[in-house]
This record gives sequence, structure tokens and C-alpha cells, in this order.
Amino acid sequence: MVKWTDEERKVISSIFSNLDYDDIGPKALRRCLVVYPWTQRHFSSFGDLTTAAAIMKNEKVAAHGTKVLHGLDRALKNMNNIKATYTELSILHSEKLHVDPDNFRLLADCLTITIAAKMGESFTAATQVIFQKFLCVVVSALGKQYH
Amino acid sequence: MTCLSAKDKDTVKVFWAKVADKVEEVGSDALSRMLAVYPQTKTYFSHWKDLSPGSAPVNKHGKTVMLGVGQAVACIDDLNAGLLTLSELHAFTLRVDPANFKILSHCLLVVLSIKFPNDFTPEVHVSLDKFLAALSRALSEKYR
Repeated sequence: MVKWTDEERKVISSIFSNLDYDDIGPKALRRCLVVYPWTQRHFSSFGDLTTAAAIMKNEKVAAHGTKVLHGLDRALKNMNNIKATYTELSILHSEKLHVDPDNFRLLADCLTITIAAKMGESFTAATQVIFQKFLCVVVSALGKQYH
Repeated sequence: MTCLSAKDKDTVKVFWAKVADKVEEVGSDALSRMLAVYPQTKTYFSHWKDLSPGSAPVNKHGKTVMLGVGQAVACIDDLNAGLLTLSELHAFTLRVDPANFKILSHCLLVVLSIKFPNDFTPEVHVSLDKFLAALSRALSEKYR
């Protein structure tokens, strides 16, 4: 079980309570699809992803970005057992969606960068440590059921 | 060899020109974040008295590293040739595990995202990411 200090819980809670999911979710996913184009392999039904401009305008990408970001809410509500919280989603991503778990890390990096842009200088090194620890735990949990 | 398109190279040069006068603070911030977020990187700096963010050695070294990146931007058309000396330094003297280049690159991108939120678009991000990967490959050229 991962241990969280009171400070860590406070910082993570604060980041998410000040988050505009409809803004950050789409931005993070778009960035991931542009910077790591092989991640587009899972979105062949989303329409035009052929250029960065097309990705930015794509409404399905935006909707999915919001959905994925809300997926982190589960971890927020169950900080004491993130691993168990994501069992079902891990199985889904492995057996139905067939997503290479390295993609979770790529999206996590894009989310970090997107949130850094939003928070500016208040995304301090100390905040980054905590935020990346949180994402690392989620990413690990999502990859746990792959076999 | 490097797979940077003409567009990638232009994007990197234009963006880096904007970073040029903040090189010291960007370097210091990136290095501070690397040491904090990835504590295993501290093993390379056991000879420093002070590893805290904004300390003298961190500021100085952050600037050194960023000037190195600037040097790479200047020789973007032939990174291997342009970074030969630096590659030999990292290979034979410093012996930095190349996995750490990726770590520092990520921290640099976070800092750039904070300092240039409007300029650091996804398109600029991908070109810079490719450039930093090519730079890292050139730095590891002489390792084995």
C-alpha cells in the first residue's frame, strides 16, 4: 500500500479541486496524440487525426480527454488503495482495449506538462514531486492486471 | 542519423531564440526539478555541498547544461559532429547513464511549459521532444 503524507493528500486534492476537467482533459489527450502519434492507434473510429490541427478540432478527442481525466477521480477518492480501485479498468485496458501500458506513462507526462502550463510558477518542484508520485501510482495500478 | 525534419529544425530554432535570455533560470529550474522528482539523479552530484533548488552549484550547472543545449541547436544539422567533444566527456569522464538524458529532457519540457505556456504548443512540444531525443542519442554516441 502506498503511503501518503497529509501534505501530499492536500496538494493533490487542491490540484484537482481547482481543475477545469473540460479544459485540461482535452488538452492533455491532444498533446499526447500529437507528441506521440503512435498512441493514435486506439482511436481509428474518432475521425480525422491526420494533422495536429485536425486533432485540436476533433470533438471526440476532446470528449474522451475529459472522460479519461475524470478516471483519475477514482484514485482521488480511494488514495489508500489505488491499486484495487483500478483492477477493473486495468483488465479493461488489457483485455478489451489492448492498450500498451507504456501509453499510460506517456499520457501522464502530457498531463503533467498541461497542468504545469495551467498552474505556472505555482507548479513548484515540490508540487511536481507529489503530482508525479500520484500519477506514477495510478499508471502502475492500471498496468497491474496485464499478463 | 537524426530524423529531424526541416520543419522540426526551424521550430526548435525559433522557439530556442525565445528561451535564450532565460537560459540560466530555465536550466536551474529544470535541474532542481530533476534532483527533486528523480532522486536517483543525485548520485551524480555527491561532490556538491548543496543540492537544494536555487543553490549555487545547481544554478551554475543548470546554466552549463542549457548552454550545451544551445550549442546543439546551433549544430542541429549535424549533432554527432557538433557534440563530439561533449559526447566523449559524457562517455569517458562523466559516465552518465543515458536513461537520465530522458529524465532531464522531461523536466526541461515541464519548465518550458510553465515559462512559455502559449508558445509551447503541442507542435512545438513534438519538435523539441524529437530534438532532445536526437541530442541524447548524439551524447551517447561514444559510449560503446
